Amino acid sequence: MQSFVINLLNGLSYGLLLFMLSAGLTLIFSMLGVLNFAHASFYMLGAYVGFSVAARAGFWSALVIAPLAVGLLGAALERWLLRCVRRHGHLPELLLTFGAAYLLGELVKLGWGLSPLSAPIPAVLDGPLFSLYGATFARYRAFMMAVSLAMLAALVAVLRVSKTGLIVRAALTHPQAVEALGHDVPRVFTGVFAAGTALAALAGVIGAPLFVIEPAMAESLGSIVFVVVVIGGLGSLSGALLASLLVGCVQTLAVASDVSLGDVASIAGAVLPPEWGALTLAQLAPLLPYLLLVAVLALRPRGLAGRRDDHA
Amino acid sequence: MRKRRALAPWFVLIAFLALPPFIWPHSWLLAYLAQSATMIVFALSYNLLLGETGLLSFGHAAYAGLGALIAAHVFNTGGVPLALLPLVGGIGGALCGVLFGLIATRRSGTAFAMITLGLGELVVAAAWTLPGWFGGEAGVAIDRASGPRLAAAMPGSLAGWSFGPAREAYALIALWCVVAAVAMFALSRTPFMRVANAVRDNPVRAAAIGCYPARVRYGVVVLSAFFAGLAGTLGLIDIELVSTESVGMMRSGAVLIATVIGGTSAFFGPVIGALALTFVNVIVASVTRAWLFYLGLFFVVVVMVAPDGLAGFGMRHAARIAEYGWRRCRTAYLWSAAGMLLWLAAVVLAVQWAYAAQFGADEGAALGAIFGTRGGDAAAGSVPGLSAARLALLLCVLAVCAALATRRAIRAHADLAGHTRAVQRPGDAQ
Repeated sequence: MQSFVINLLNGLSYGLLLFMLSAGLTLIFSMLGVLNFAHASFYMLGAYVGFSVAARAGFWSALVIAPLAVGLLGAALERWLLRCVRRHGHLPELLLTFGAAYLLGELVKLGWGLSPLSAPIPAVLDGPLFSLYGATFARYRAFMMAVSLAMLAALVAVLRVSKTGLIVRAALTHPQAVEALGHDVPRVFTGVFAAGTALAALAGVIGAPLFVIEPAMAESLGSIVFVVVVIGGLGSLSGALLASLLVGCVQTLAVASDVSLGDVASIAGAVLPPEWGALTLAQLAPLLPYLLLVAVLALRPRGLAGRRDDHA
Repeated sequence: MRKRRALAPWFVLIAFLALPPFIWPHSWLLAYLAQSATMIVFALSYNLLLGETGLLSFGHAAYAGLGALIAAHVFNTGGVPLALLPLVGGIGGALCGVLFGLIATRRSGTAFAMITLGLGELVVAAAWTLPGWFGGEAGVAIDRASGPRLAAAMPGSLAGWSFGPAREAYALIALWCVVAAVAMFALSRTPFMRVANAVRDNPVRAAAIGCYPARVRYGVVVLSAFFAGLAGTLGLIDIELVSTESVGMMRSGAVLIATVIGGTSAFFGPVIGALALTFVNVIVASVTRAWLFYLGLFFVVVVMVAPDGLAGFGMRHAARIAEYGWRRCRTAYLWSAAGMLLWLAAVVLAVQWAYAAQFGADEGAALGAIFGTRGGDAAAGSVPGLSAARLALLLCVLAVCAALATRRAIRAHADLAGHTRAVQRPGDAQ
């Protein structure tokens, strides 16, 4: 019970990292109507670029440079590839980002090799922040939460208060009207795409010290992020936040728990075969986001905060 | 005449599957053909979803893998002859389709794609963690020759086949491939699939004329899962093993790529795509480790230039040549071909150079092989007798030539279109 609070905080910090990814994905989806399948690859690219920059110029410059560089690449992808297939509909756009994910994965292997890299935690952020009943909460995780929350606040502020946000929000619902008023909507699209990929890269730079940087990291996190946006309801930013925190907490708590499946079943009064009963929840943790997806969709097909889907 | 033309692709397919083993009886050729046949069925089953109903799925390998898994378990308990095993796998796949489709078809479009991705990942994660499912790392193996034989049902000489030798197993796979293709072709001509087409094109209207889009999608998912399970079982018969890789994201991505490259609008599009993908997967992958890069690049180029795939691209240009006559089109297509080959050379050279620089030894050999030299200087990633500067110069020259040829091709195509007042997209050489 003592470590529950710490585990919950760890889960929240992981959930906020997921939100940084799913926020960019949601933003791009609600704007362009296309789910960027290469989003996790941009996250991976951000981690790699951040690693290289951090090795030369330090962690703090990596925090700025890597998202900028990856955001530029994202803008280029939108401007020169996605825009060309837009007239064929959304399906080729999704397929194009799917192909781009393959290419980015190979480029990363080409640039940095196959072996996993480990990014060091900067000295200022190393060590525990505080300890509670003997369990400690890492300073770096607190930093991660702070950055995520700052990003969330900045996103809300830009979208709600600034003039740019006004144009973006208007272009979301009434692109023709905004275009008629003299704003360059395609450029807004490119900007949003670049911002989304930059957010993914930021998540990559921040998440890198906690995970291993390897060519498979895009696939392992990518599918969870896609599950998160579907659970939250496609195109809903608040739903994405809710689902990210939910998935983050559930997964972290499951990993930290030492309850076995047999214990859970015995509470329900059922008896499982011994090899099933011996499975711990920690072993089942990779399954949980997907089971959550199935449960949410069975009860609420449009997701937690999604709008009604007229095409269903 | 029309009938003969409609039957021609079938003859080509049967000839492709049947003739090579008689001409060059090598084991690697049999393995390659068996993989192709499996992929053909798999891609055709995928096209029931993507092409006929407009459902993009990222978890199609789950049906194939689980179908094969069920078939393997049934075969190991005995009682089912190997010749009928694909049917068992197909029913197993369809059962999974009944289960997964219930959740996935509650949404369509992008949400459907993401839900299938989640379900596919669920199966992968379950395969790794749950005991006894996939036999862990090793997978579930079968012994082809161990099953009961179909002695009574088969005519004369076939009765003695044990399917132990690769030749006999391949004959079974090829036969099932053709049967499944014919079945799917017949299916695509049924009224049900026409309704599915209507749901793809305009779900609101389809609902207004009295069909339930969600139910139609569900039906198609189950049918497609049946054929996917059948394809998975053909793969099982081929390699006598079903492992966690057979449900993985790699496999789901491969079938998606094969179908899109081949083209979703024509029935034989996925067949072409499956052949192209297997070629890259087997032949190119044995030469260089950059094959995934080439595959991704080719996929992106196809999506950009010909969203209707190779089949659609070919039909478009065949119709064009038929309309204008070969003589008038000749210049444009020759320039296109030249540009395409030059770009290909430039890209291959650049990619191989980069891979040789990063991965050294084996890739250096592949780069050296391009220039006819043995064993490149691995560490530097260069070719003997060719410095980095010269290589870069060669690349530049190739790229400039390619760009010039592309320009000429675009101009020639524009002339062609302008000359006949037909507005058509230039089939340039990207």
